Amino acid sequence: MKDAALPPVTTDSGLPVAAVYTAADVDGELEDRLGLPGAAPFTRGPYPTMYRGQLWTMRQFAGFGSPEETNARYRFLLERGQTALSVAFDLPTQLGYDSSHEQARAEVGRVGVAIDTAEDMVDLFDGLALSDISVNFTINATASIILATYLVAAERQGVGYEKLAGTLQNDILKEFLARKTYIFPPAPSMRLSCDVIEFATEHLPRFNPISITGYHAREAGCDAVQELGLTMASAVAYSEALIARGMSFDGFAPRLSFHFATTLDLFEEVAKLRAARRMWFKIATDRFGATDPRSGRLRFFSGNSGTTLTAQQPLNNIVRSTLQCLGAVLGGAQSIHVMGYDEAFEIPSEEAVTLSLRTQQIIALESGVARTVDPLAGSFYVERLTDEIEAAAGAVLAEVEDAGGAVSAIEQGVPQRWIAESAYRTERDLSQGIRPKVGVNVYADAVGSEAAMPELFQLDEGTVERQIDRTARRVVARDPRAHAESMAALDAVAREGGNVMPALLIAARAGATVGEMSDTFREVFGEFREPNPW
Amino acid sequence: MRPPRVVLAKPGLDGHDRGVKVLAMALRDAGAEVIYLGLRRSVAEIVQAAADDDADIIGISVLSGAHLELAGDLLREREAKGLGDVPVVLGGTIPAKDVEELRALGVAAVFPVGTNLIEVVYGVISLASRAKELR
Repeated sequence: MKDAALPPVTTDSGLPVAAVYTAADVDGELEDRLGLPGAAPFTRGPYPTMYRGQLWTMRQFAGFGSPEETNARYRFLLERGQTALSVAFDLPTQLGYDSSHEQARAEVGRVGVAIDTAEDMVDLFDGLALSDISVNFTINATASIILATYLVAAERQGVGYEKLAGTLQNDILKEFLARKTYIFPPAPSMRLSCDVIEFATEHLPRFNPISITGYHAREAGCDAVQELGLTMASAVAYSEALIARGMSFDGFAPRLSFHFATTLDLFEEVAKLRAARRMWFKIATDRFGATDPRSGRLRFFSGNSGTTLTAQQPLNNIVRSTLQCLGAVLGGAQSIHVMGYDEAFEIPSEEAVTLSLRTQQIIALESGVARTVDPLAGSFYVERLTDEIEAAAGAVLAEVEDAGGAVSAIEQGVPQRWIAESAYRTERDLSQGIRPKVGVNVYADAVGSEAAMPELFQLDEGTVERQIDRTARRVVARDPRAHAESMAALDAVAREGGNVMPALLIAARAGATVGEMSDTFREVFGEFREPNPW
Repeated sequence: MRPPRVVLAKPGLDGHDRGVKVLAMALRDAGAEVIYLGLRRSVAEIVQAAADDDADIIGISVLSGAHLELAGDLLREREAKGLGDVPVVLGGTIPAKDVEELRALGVAAVFPVGTNLIEVVYGVISLASRAKELR
């Protein structure tokens, strides 16, 4: 379409950018807005020495097929130097259906691993010491249930709860907002999320019981400014809900963790991540009266963006992912996932996932960017952009609060509409060549020329039947009386109030399936159907 | 003469609705009538809606990898309900090797990720208009 394309002069979020920045573009005393790394307001990073003390956690998101197949992929990644695990669950597990459920069959093991019972979780981590390895769980509507099955796996390994490290995504608000694997209506969903946080605060001192996420809203189409504003709105909503049940902010806030996208607009992304830390510090201090310094210290996981990758000329995605990983590092991420370059098509192949890990290792060990903390601090442009993004994201947060706060705004569908409209603008700009995309609307191959593609991942055809069969055998083998009693107790606590976690643990130990435990909640809480303004 | 009428939906369990919502807005801007049914619709619900709303075309979006099963189910349901003259189109993360298979199953057009939006809009509206004339 175009021969000599030039880059746009606004950021991806539409903030205008000058050709040159000088000291005059940075307002007032920078010192107050930056502080030192590891000190308020944490703009420069949550820890004093950052990557000199400890590199970020290299955590490739992985899961497919049966627990055994995923276990093999975990060993593959750990042998190649990955430093932690991140579990992808299939959609039936995320939505509380057993693999044998009629609506589940086409989706078993497709986008993640199938977990039907605690025994599956035992198999998933077979030979991997849970005392030594931090595990991330991308699970939300069924987070409480999956946590219970994980704790049973830890018990089976003889590992005490106090040793478990990792993160449960458990951010149900962004499911309604963008990711869409909700089951129950917002109010009981918030209750379950908060039950998990409350339980973890007491029993899992090294575990992050929630990862408050802007990533999915971003992937669903919003821009960097909206991503940050919406994430903070959710963080405020969870904090208020936990305080309302009598917890102290300083009691739970140090274990809150966050999750942001890092996309291709390098400086805007770095500025967003720096602004995020300052923004959360101010909210924690000014609004919630934090006194524990750890309460306002934002830690985050960064995933690079799948929507920036293209099906055309897929090898270009390696370069895109490298830039996004660099942005996450310059922005001070605590853990990072890099997308596979074949991910526009399928679950990443072993070759692609190895390359993603190597990308992180090369940036960490060869590029020198991890040598000093927050190397972009003091850049006229980056500091100016950090200030602008903080102000603009503050305006988004204010808009959500005007609509009654995150829960109410989401119930009305307000931010969902922002996201969809922003996605439409982006797609129009792309299809009309307004935003250049190499290999797509500029420097595209002639029609019909197929780019080099690796061997695509293939789901083993027998996986579904084997998984259904195995669960059926386990259901037959359990003690029917212990199972029935545990299910009755779960039903009672769901109806009468109180934290569901102890009852879930007993049910998971008694062999209850993820589908059975979810059905109990479905009966008590009902199911949510998104209001459809379309 | 009324504009072409499009029923869009996401069958299966995946929640990636960015693409289908963008297409709904783009088709509306191009003058089509769009009925978007939302997430996690059964094939029976989708075909019933197409019958009730006298749709000229059915579009489904699948990004979980379950496209072959779901398209097959939808096409069988469409035949069973006597809607064989309403074309079915599909978009999503569809590997090249599956495009031919989907066409052989009876899917009128496949739009894998990366297809230009204008091309999708043109494809859907021209198929819908032709189906409308033929009925």
